[in-house]
Amino acid sequence: MNLTLEIWRQPNAKAEGKFETYVVKDVSTESSFLEMLDILNNQLIHEGIEPVAFDHDCREGICGACSLRINGHAHGPESEVTTCQLHMRNFKDGDKIVIEPWRSRAFPVIKDLVVDRTAYETILQAGGFVSVNTGGVPDANAIPIAKDDAEESMDAAACIGCGACAATCKNGSAMLFVAARVSSLAKLPQGQVEGARRAKAMVAKMDELGFGNCTNTGACQAECPKGITINHIARLNREYLKAKFRS
Amino acid sequence: MSGSIFTSSIGKKMFMSISGCVLVLFLTFHMCMNLALVFSDEAYNAICGFLGANWYAVAATVLLAVVVLLHFVLAIILTIQNRRARGSIRYRANAHEKGVEWSSKNMLVLGFVVVIGLGLHLAHFWYKMMWAELMGAHEVAIGATMVAPTAGAAIVRYYFSQWPYALLYLVWFGAIWMHLTHGVWSMMHSIGLNSKVWFKRMKCISWIVATLICGGFALCTIILFLQGNGILPYPLFGGAEVATACEAACEAACEAACAATNTAL
Repeated sequence: MNLTLEIWRQPNAKAEGKFETYVVKDVSTESSFLEMLDILNNQLIHEGIEPVAFDHDCREGICGACSLRINGHAHGPESEVTTCQLHMRNFKDGDKIVIEPWRSRAFPVIKDLVVDRTAYETILQAGGFVSVNTGGVPDANAIPIAKDDAEESMDAAACIGCGACAATCKNGSAMLFVAARVSSLAKLPQGQVEGARRAKAMVAKMDELGFGNCTNTGACQAECPKGITINHIARLNREYLKAKFRS
Repeated sequence: MSGSIFTSSIGKKMFMSISGCVLVLFLTFHMCMNLALVFSDEAYNAICGFLGANWYAVAATVLLAVVVLLHFVLAIILTIQNRRARGSIRYRANAHEKGVEWSSKNMLVLGFVVVIGLGLHLAHFWYKMMWAELMGAHEVAIGATMVAPTAGAAIVRYYFSQWPYALLYLVWFGAIWMHLTHGVWSMMHSIGLNSKVWFKRMKCISWIVATLICGGFALCTIILFLQGNGILPYPLFGGAEVATACEAACEAACEAACAATNTAL
């Protein structure tokens, strides 16, 4: 199929960006979205044009490197799918596709479609961990955990930190990301020990980095490629307020 | 390390939530008060008398004004911060996110409509009732006639019998309804009182609360409009007997409340 692409081009972080239009021909419906961009880049190189820069790594939907806002949707039109797992069968011949980088003050554009998501790493460094001495692998089931708790924790732990939540949120809020990280540990006994400190530190860092305030629109959960729900935000609110009132 | 709760994003949401909760409780009380007017003018006037220029009513009004101001100012602050967080460049393509309600993304717009309606409401009723009483006025003008500021029923019936006012109020109730359908569950969510099990229930409760409150207000407006234009009988239920019973019940309740606060009607 033949496609018209409107892509954000920005030479570097300081330069002004603008949309450029490209036509890609004979794209297979079996190819992935990123393979389609690879085809475009090959074409651009042959034409002597700078290829489009975009983030990608595992191309298996687990690393969180890929991003892209495609036709108004983070990671494209298919739900609970990352850009790398999005296939061209979701588009029709002759379609016009608008491809933009994440837009958020905390995610500045580095080049074209690549944004700096260091802010998420900085929030994690503030408290998204469990302080334990490393050693041998513990015995399975040495600490019994209820099935529902384990499942909720795993649901939250599915977060790949891609940034789709903050990029989608009209408030530029990173609450779903922080909530997923806090929630995945708050549901497990190993994480509860540092629960109060974690919630306070991560929220403080999120605010300090310039993310917005959550207004519970639910847009983040609708666009999250891992299906993380805003129920975890309620838990984060609870953990944070409990920690604040106790300290 | 973790900053103050007053400046943190979750802390500000908590204050939005608490102030919103107070306003929902007030709206519930106000709706019940309005419904008394459907049954009996005297009953409504008895409640107006209780809520007139008494110290507790004035204190509650001041408290309510502070809560409204807090809710509104916080909404403005949060919106400014959120717009800044979004960055200066907007997306070219926008699509509707599945399951996201329009009201949830337009709470500030709805809030502005509610505040404009509130200004109209205060000018129509509060200014001619409590404010007039506080200023020592014995009569206020409604159209070409003069009535006592304590004659709340006559003032309300005058405005609601005219279709432009009735329509404006119905639009206002619609905006409040939309604001509440998101606001009620959101206020519980913001203070952490939600979960996977309760999420859909909270949304359902939110719709029920919003519909009961705004439906009650709208019902009262429609009945008063129809009565004012001779389409529905006045009084609506059982003639004088029910009206007298309602009046007696309301007066007894008001006297009990006044006795509790050592204040005579």
